[in-house]
Amino acid sequence: MKFSTIKFELNGKPVEIEVPPAMRLLDILRETFKLTGTKEGCGIGECGACTVLLNGQAVASCLLLAGQLEGTKITTIEGLVHDERMNLLQRNFLECGAVQCGFCTPGMLLSAYALLQKDARPTTDDIKNAIAGNLCRCTGYKQIIQAIQKSTESLSDPDQ
Amino acid sequence: MKKEFSTIGKHIIREDGWEKVTGQAKYGDDFNFPNQLFGVPVRVPAVHAKINHIDYSEIISDPDLIAVCNCSDIPGSAKIGPIRKDQPIFCSERVVTSGDVLSLLVGPSREKLLQLREHIRIDYEPLPILSDPSKALEDDAVLIHPEFKTNLIVHYPLRKGDIEKGFQQSDEVIEQTYTTQCIEHAYVEPEVVIAIPMGKHKGIKIIGSIQNPYTARRIVASVLNWPLTKVRIIQAELGGSFGGKDDTMNILAARAAMAALKTGRPVKICYDREDSILESYKRHPYVMHYKVGFSRNGKIRAMKIDILADGGGYASMSPFVTWRSVVQATGPYEIDHVWTDVRAVYTNNPYTGAMRGFGSPQPIFANESLMDEIAIRTNKTPDEVRRINALRQNSITASGQKLTSHDVNLVTVLDRAVEETGFSKKWRSNHTASCGPHTLSTGSEGNGDDASKLILKENDFIASSDLFKKGIGLAVSYRGCSLGAEGVDAAAAYLSVQPDGSAYLVSGLAENGQGLRTTFSMIAAEVLGLSVADIYYLEQDTGVIPDSGPTVASRSTLMGGAAVKEAAEIVRKRLEKVLMDHWNTTGAAEFNFSDHHVYATGPPNQRIRFPELCEMAFQKGISLAALGWYAGPRVDWDEETGQGPAYFTYVYGCQVAEVRVNIGTGEVYVDRIVAVHDPGKVLNLLGAHGQVFGGVTQGAGYGLWEQINSLSGQIQELNFDQYLIPTSNDIGEIVPIFIEGRDKYGPWGAKSLGEPTLELTAAAIANAVRNATGRRFFNLPLNLEEIMLGRKLINKTAMRGSHV
Ligand code: FES
Ligand code: FES
Repeated sequence: MKFSTIKFELNGKPVEIEVPPAMRLLDILRETFKLTGTKEGCGIGECGACTVLLNGQAVASCLLLAGQLEGTKITTIEGLVHDERMNLLQRNFLECGAVQCGFCTPGMLLSAYALLQKDARPTTDDIKNAIAGNLCRCTGYKQIIQAIQKSTESLSDPDQ
Repeated sequence: MKKEFSTIGKHIIREDGWEKVTGQAKYGDDFNFPNQLFGVPVRVPAVHAKINHIDYSEIISDPDLIAVCNCSDIPGSAKIGPIRKDQPIFCSERVVTSGDVLSLLVGPSREKLLQLREHIRIDYEPLPILSDPSKALEDDAVLIHPEFKTNLIVHYPLRKGDIEKGFQQSDEVIEQTYTTQCIEHAYVEPEVVIAIPMGKHKGIKIIGSIQNPYTARRIVASVLNWPLTKVRIIQAELGGSFGGKDDTMNILAARAAMAALKTGRPVKICYDREDSILESYKRHPYVMHYKVGFSRNGKIRAMKIDILADGGGYASMSPFVTWRSVVQATGPYEIDHVWTDVRAVYTNNPYTGAMRGFGSPQPIFANESLMDEIAIRTNKTPDEVRRINALRQNSITASGQKLTSHDVNLVTVLDRAVEETGFSKKWRSNHTASCGPHTLSTGSEGNGDDASKLILKENDFIASSDLFKKGIGLAVSYRGCSLGAEGVDAAAAYLSVQPDGSAYLVSGLAENGQGLRTTFSMIAAEVLGLSVADIYYLEQDTGVIPDSGPTVASRSTLMGGAAVKEAAEIVRKRLEKVLMDHWNTTGAAEFNFSDHHVYATGPPNQRIRFPELCEMAFQKGISLAALGWYAGPRVDWDEETGQGPAYFTYVYGCQVAEVRVNIGTGEVYVDRIVAVHDPGKVLNLLGAHGQVFGGVTQGAGYGLWEQINSLSGQIQELNFDQYLIPTSNDIGEIVPIFIEGRDKYGPWGAKSLGEPTLELTAAAIANAVRNATGRRFFNLPLNLEEIMLGRKLINKTAMRGSHV
C-alpha cells in the first residue's frame, strides 16, 4: 500500500502523518492519534457521531480522507477542553439533561459550537438545522436544543 | 406528615455527565489491548439455505489470518436462547436468516480480514423461504427448525367470562385487522465486544456494549462449558440499547471469547452499521384481528383478539414479548368477556426480540384505534368512551386481577391530558371538518392511455388554505411493571460507606444510558443525607455484585432502586445504633440524616457531622458496607386460561397528539404531544423528562416513518440513509406531565417510565390522523403511501441505498 505524508493542524498543533491517502479522518483520529471522543455510528455521513471541525466547519470525519487534509485545521472534542464557549455548551448540556447515553454528544456539541462561532444569536430553527445531521436516539433532541439556546442567551449579550 | 426530600425529585445532573461531554467516556470501541486481534463474521448471501461446504483454502495460509473459529471449536452449548435453545453461536449445516454467521475470521487487521472474506467459497443450496408469518402454520409450510415439528414458537390463550354471551349482549360489533411493521432499535453506537484471556485460573474478561452482563455471562459460560465465576463481564459505557444489546451481544461475546481462547490474545469484534442492522434482532411485526361488542351507551361487552407475531428465525424473547401482549391486549379497560389468543411463529425474517415497549406498542395501536371507532359509532368523544370503560380502583383486569394495592390513576391521567389540550372541543371541530386525502378527478392511477386524463381540472387543485388538515388524538395505556410472571424478579445493590463519609455504590442492574447510576446515587444520598457527589458509582462487573436479572422491562428504578434503598437503610440503622450508644439515648430516639449531618430529632437534640460518625463507627469496628436485596412479590399465571395476578403493580399513561396532515402529499406533521404519565414517585426529574422526550420521539418514528422491509427475508434498509429515525427537525413540542400515584412497592413508590413513554405515541398519532382526514388507517407506519393510498408501496426488485 502506498503511504503519503500529510501535514495539517490538529487541535491547534501542527502534525505530520504517514498514512494511506484513502484512510478516513475518523480512523486517523481514533487510531493514529487515539482521540476516541470522535465516534462512528454509520460510516456514511448520516449520523453525525463522527463530527469534527474542519477549518471551523462541522463535517463528518467518516467522509474525509487523509488526502484531503493537507493544510487544514482539524478540531475534535478533545481540542476544546479549555475553550470557554465549548465549556459553556458542555455545562448547559448537563444542566438541561441533553445527555443520555452520550454517544452522539461529542458530535452534537461540535455542530452546536460551529453554529455559535458563526452566529451568536441563532434562532431555534437555526439550531434545529445545525444539528439536523446529528442523530440522537435517546433524548428526542428537546433538551439538546434547549441547552444550545441557553448557551446563546448567556453568550450573546452580557447586559441582558 | 409528608416527607420532605432533599435530593429525590430534584433537578440533579448526571453522575457520568462530564466524561460524556468531554469525549472521555469509554465506550466498547474505545478500549484496545496490546496484541489485540479482530474478529470478522462470515455469512452466506442467502436467507434460508443448506450449507454443503465452506472452502477457506485460498486464504487459510495468509499471514493476515490467524485463526478461523466455527462451531467445531465450541466446547459447550452450540445453541442458545432465553427459553428455546434454537440459535447457534455459529451455523454449520443451515442458515435461516440473512444475518446468520458461519464462522469468525480472526487476525490483526479488520480491514485485511474483510478483504480475505471475499475469497471464501461457500457451496450452499437455497431452501424455500417463508417470509409471510400468516402462512407459517399452514400444513405445507417449510419448517424453519424441523426439530420442533412446527413453526409455532408459543401460543398464549386468555379466557375470561363467556365471550358468546358478551357478543349477544352487545348492540354493535366492530371487527377489524391491524398490522404493525418490523423496526430497528437504531442505537447510535453499533455493537462492540472484546474478550481478553486472563490465564488458566482466571478465565476470561469481556468488555463490551452489553446490556445485560449476567445474561452474557451465563451464555458465554455455557458455550465455553466453564463455571460462571471464570467469565467476568464488564460493561463499557453503552451508546444506547433500548432492549437491543441483549441476545446479539451475548452471542458476539461468546464468539469473541472462543476466538480469544483459541488464539491466546485479546479479540475485538466491532460491528459497522450494516452488520448491526443485518444481524441484530428487531421489534416484532404483529397482525391483529380485533372483534369488539359494545352497547349503545359505549360500554364494551366483549372483546375477541387474535394476534400473530412474527418471531423471525429464532425464538429469542418472543415467549416473553408476546406474554406481555396477552396480558395487556384489551387495553386498560374493564371488560367482562374476553377471549384472546396470541401466537408467535418462526419465519425466515430477521429474528425479533426485546425492544423498548416489548409487546405493547402493537396492541395499543390496535385497541386504541378501535376505542376511537367505538366513540364515533356511539356518538361520543374518545375521552368519554374511555372513561366509561376505564380500569379504576378495585377493577378487575382481563386476566382477572383486582387492582387494589396502588392508585389506579388511569382516569386521572386521561382527565389531565384532556384538560391540558382542550381535547374534546378540538376533536369535535376537526371531526366535522375532516375529509379524505385529495383524489384527482382523473383517478390517481391513470395509466396514460387517454392523454386528456392527464390534464388536471380546476377542482384538482387544492387551495393552499385547505392543504393542511388539523387533527387531535389520544391514547391511554396501563403497563405491568417489571418482569411479572415472566421470570424471577430480584435485584442487588452494594453500598460501602468509607470512614470519611464518602461511599461506593454499585448495583447488579446496568447503566444503558438511561441514567440509572445517577438515580441510584440519589437514592443512597437521600437515605444517608449526603449529596450525589459523595457517591462514587463503581463500574458494572459481574465478579463484584450478585446476578440481579436483566436490565429490562423498565424495572431498574423499581427493583434496583429498592435494593439500593435497602442497602442504604441497613447502613443507616448501624450508624443509628452507634449514635444511640454515643449519645446514650434510648431505643425511641429518632434521627434525621441531612446535609452531611445526623440530628437527633427528640432529646438529646444533638447533632454530629456525617464523616465524624463514619469515622467513629469505623474505629468501633462496625461494618458500613451492606448488600441490599429486593425480591418482587409473588405473581402468578395460569397458562391454560391466561388468568392470574400477572404483575404486582401497574403504571398508567395518556398521550395526546396534535398533528397537521398535508392532504396533497400525505405528510403528517406532529405539532405537539402532551404526555401525562403516572410512573409512581418521580425520583430524578431531569432524567424523567429525558425519558419522555426520547420515548415519545421514538414512538413517533415508529408511528410515521420507521420500517425494516425484509423482502424474502433480505433486509432492505441497512444504514441510516434508508432507515429513517427522527431528526431534530421532525417533532414539534413535547410536554411531559407527571401524576405521582402512591404505591407500596418501589423506593418511595417509584415505578416505571421508560417504556410507557414510547408505547402510546403511534396510537395517539394514528387517532389524530383519523381526526384530521376522516379516514382510519390500519397499518403502521403512517407513511405517505399509507395515507394517500391506504396501502404500502414496496419496491420488490430495485436495490437501494447501501445495497447499490
Ligand atoms: S459515522 Fe460519520 S456520519 Fe455517521
Ligand atoms: S444521548 Fe444517546 S444517542 Fe444521543
